[in-house]
Amino acid sequence: MDLFAIVFYLFAILIVSTAAIMVFSKNIVYSAFALMFTLAGLAVFYALLFAGFVAVTQLLVYVGGILVLILFGVMLTTRGYFERVRIRTVYMLPSALFAGIIAVLLIAVFVTTDWTLAPLSEGDVTLAALGELLLTDFMLPFQVAGVLLLLAIIGAVLMAARKRGPLEKKGTVPDADKII
Amino acid sequence: MVLPDWLAEPGLNHFLVVGALLFSLGLLAVMTRRNLIMVLMGIELILNAANLNLVAFSRYGALALDGHLFALFVIIIAAAEAAVALAIALAIYNRFGTVDVEQLSDLRE
Repeated sequence: MDLFAIVFYLFAILIVSTAAIMVFSKNIVYSAFALMFTLAGLAVFYALLFAGFVAVTQLLVYVGGILVLILFGVMLTTRGYFERVRIRTVYMLPSALFAGIIAVLLIAVFVTTDWTLAPLSEGDVTLAALGELLLTDFMLPFQVAGVLLLLAIIGAVLMAARKRGPLEKKGTVPDADKII
Repeated sequence: MVLPDWLAEPGLNHFLVVGALLFSLGLLAVMTRRNLIMVLMGIELILNAANLNLVAFSRYGALALDGHLFALFVIIIAAAEAAVALAIALAIYNRFGTVDVEQLSDLRE
């Protein structure tokens, strides 16, 4: 067993177990922190797969950005300090059965399929190569992604920062025009 | 420690299996949890499972560097999705006072 295998199994166990903690934990804050370990473990996986840039992006965007957003979301959608942040779980048995069947099917398909293998070598993955692809083959998605991010920012700010009208503040029912 | 060959050397299938497990766990979170934020976290898990598969195919399969770029675009879209979804969750909480998705069946107050 070489180092690659040891690191793989170590982090595979970390990823799957923290993902399970995230799903089954009753406390949503614990779930968010378990998700952090899952995402960080996945960054290690990307590094193992020669995807260094994706690994760094994963850490920056997911662990540094999305997770903080989620924690803010948890805090802002909770009443006061003393409410216990607990959440309901419904249809556990049928859902678990369904998810289990999906997992078994996927794994069966993955294992039995004869994949066409054309492994990358470590030297193929350079930042220069990625940047060149981004500015040639992937030019359009790259630009569209920029516009998408701008739209998302504007949309999020508009939705989150909208003040309630005077009518709504008094607790009366607002008319439809006010909502729009 | 002596392991059989298919265990001792992690290859494409090993990463795909981890991806499949992550996907089904994310699916489980989306289906069983009734908190909007929790459903969002399940979606993030599913997106990450897809990302892991893309990068794994990029490394072992015939996808060359395209998988890395797909993964990067998925991360970008996930960031946009998380920002908008949390803004929606916040607006819903301000209006209805709850983020329990089963109580959000009204289109207006």
